[in-house]
Amino acid sequence: MTPPSKAASTSSAATKELRRTPSGIEIPLIATPNMRQGTLETPGEAPFTRGIFPDGYRGRMWTMRQYSGFGTAEESNERYQFLMEQGQTGLSVALDLPTQCGYDPTDPMASAEVGKVGVSLSNLREFEILFNNIELDRVSTSFTINGTAAIVYAMYVAAADKAGIPRDKLTGTIQNDILKEYVARGTWIFPVRPSMRLIADSVLFANKETPRFNPISIAGAHVRDAGCNAAEEMGYTLANGVAYVEELLRRGGDVNKFAKRLSFFFYVHMDFFEEISKFRAARRVWANIMKDKFGATDPKALMFRFGVVCGGSSLTAAQPLNNVVRVGIENMAAVLGGAQSIFTCAFDEAFQIPTEQSAELALRTQQIVAHESGIADSVDPLGGSYFVEHMTDQMEAEILKVMADIDEYGGVEKAIEEGYIQMKIAQRARERKEKVDNGERIVVGVNKYQRDETDQGFGEVFELDPSARDRILDKYQMVMDTRDNTEAQKLLQRLGTAAAAEGENLLPYIVDCCHGYVTVGEMVGELKSHWGEFQEPVRLT
Amino acid sequence: MSLKGKRILIAKPGLDGHDVGAKIIALALRDAGADVIYTGLRKSPEYIARIAVDEDVDAVGLSILSGSHNELVAETIKLLREMDADDVKIFVGGTVSGDDVQKLKVAGVAGVFTSEMKIEDTLAELSDVLG
Repeated sequence: MTPPSKAASTSSAATKELRRTPSGIEIPLIATPNMRQGTLETPGEAPFTRGIFPDGYRGRMWTMRQYSGFGTAEESNERYQFLMEQGQTGLSVALDLPTQCGYDPTDPMASAEVGKVGVSLSNLREFEILFNNIELDRVSTSFTINGTAAIVYAMYVAAADKAGIPRDKLTGTIQNDILKEYVARGTWIFPVRPSMRLIADSVLFANKETPRFNPISIAGAHVRDAGCNAAEEMGYTLANGVAYVEELLRRGGDVNKFAKRLSFFFYVHMDFFEEISKFRAARRVWANIMKDKFGATDPKALMFRFGVVCGGSSLTAAQPLNNVVRVGIENMAAVLGGAQSIFTCAFDEAFQIPTEQSAELALRTQQIVAHESGIADSVDPLGGSYFVEHMTDQMEAEILKVMADIDEYGGVEKAIEEGYIQMKIAQRARERKEKVDNGERIVVGVNKYQRDETDQGFGEVFELDPSARDRILDKYQMVMDTRDNTEAQKLLQRLGTAAAAEGENLLPYIVDCCHGYVTVGEMVGELKSHWGEFQEPVRLT
Repeated sequence: MSLKGKRILIAKPGLDGHDVGAKIIALALRDAGADVIYTGLRKSPEYIARIAVDEDVDAVGLSILSGSHNELVAETIKLLREMDADDVKIFVGGTVSGDDVQKLKVAGVAGVFTSEMKIEDTLAELSDVLG
């Protein structure tokens, strides 16, 4: 037994200590009713702090969508069919870096990376293989694709056309968020202006042709993983969202129409209540911006809908089974924060492509949270908690501060072109790293409770089939040998002419190219010849 | 032993866009007194080798998190040798499994660093090799 006097002094030191969340928000020892002004909001009503649906997850369970894809389209197709048999409700396609950066597998820049971090999809034939035996009108498919998003989306539409599926039956999402690529993820291709045009083209085309498809998913996830805190993740992302809305308005879009199809995407890291508050605050901030700044009147155009990843850089290569617990906690934060779609990382994802076993466990984690824990039965069950409502208000203020800082700098495009946001993130990443190095921020297994063992016991090792690259190159050659080359050149030229002119929507031309088996690399090459490439501002301070 | 005045090129070969580690190390090396050049994203091994020679660097740090380290590192080392620059020390940072660390060392890499290593330990090792 601890003597009472000692217990009292320990507790007193802990009581006086000032604690802050990773975003710097002061954490009260005890939250009290007077911390908050205003009345409790209602779920399903603007500004949607308590959720966009009045019936929460009772009306619709979140989509369980595991990011997956590697090697050839054949292997990825097999993994998708496996995951769907296990109860997964949506597909999420990981593409290899050459496809993401606009290089065909034959390009010298691609040679080391074909089929490595995702599936290689250079032309329509690969899409036909990828979705073989998968009914595109019955599954929603998400593509993590940005620099070549318009092309990949067009390929999906063309694949549906070929399979005889009406375009208006297609559901899914393309990430199509180039602004954060310049800042964090790095798969940019063209300069900012033509990239924004391509995004507006695809959103406006999709609104008309595939009205149930989300043509953009504005993502904070990668900015977060690159180093910034929760408030900055949300602030930068909403600032990007505002830039896209402004672009779409310039192009004559109807805010009440296109805003219904904007969606968002984030990481959930380990600070449980901060993460929950981040999502509650973001719904409020976005609804207010759409209403007050852009005059949206349709309640659906005010709704902040989002998907999340649980895991990412919060996972560790040391003691990898600990990641199962981290992902479980983050999964619960995502649900209490009101996510529409959730991807739970596999515990081995910090260092390899997940094995079938680890991928299954990641999906089971969600199913246990959904069907056993009971946290999805009542809408926004933390609403009205003195602490959570206080943290939500504080988070809202922090997010607005980040957005104001970008505004003050001169807007998102300028801040990106001059490398301002990139530099801030690099500095933040270093701070975060230093806090882990010096133990201020505890990461179990890394800077506390470490074990000096080489065999960490994570079981199965995923091995990419080394022959995948050769098979991909063979298939590519086959398409080149069998397509109508004269027609392909003609389609490509028409795309180029449209790109050189202002104002024409390029998507119909791109879809035509896809049908003619023009490749991703050819289309990107043609567009580059008119638009040039983004010049990365290399700036450390 | 010190990193003061050492000329170090931090480079991102291939298509991988994860540049946090590269930037953190570049900032830390600069604060430790090194002359740091950072290439930015998406550079070919040819470009990196040429900059290394033109800038007469003591070391090149290659940051790769896409799993393509074996190919990209081998190519960079080969090109440096062809340019008679085999005195330039090569380091690798990124997502590299235990088996591959050994492979890279056999291929001629002087040190491999992962994200979970402390910055001060990384700098100390660099300083040992370059000192």
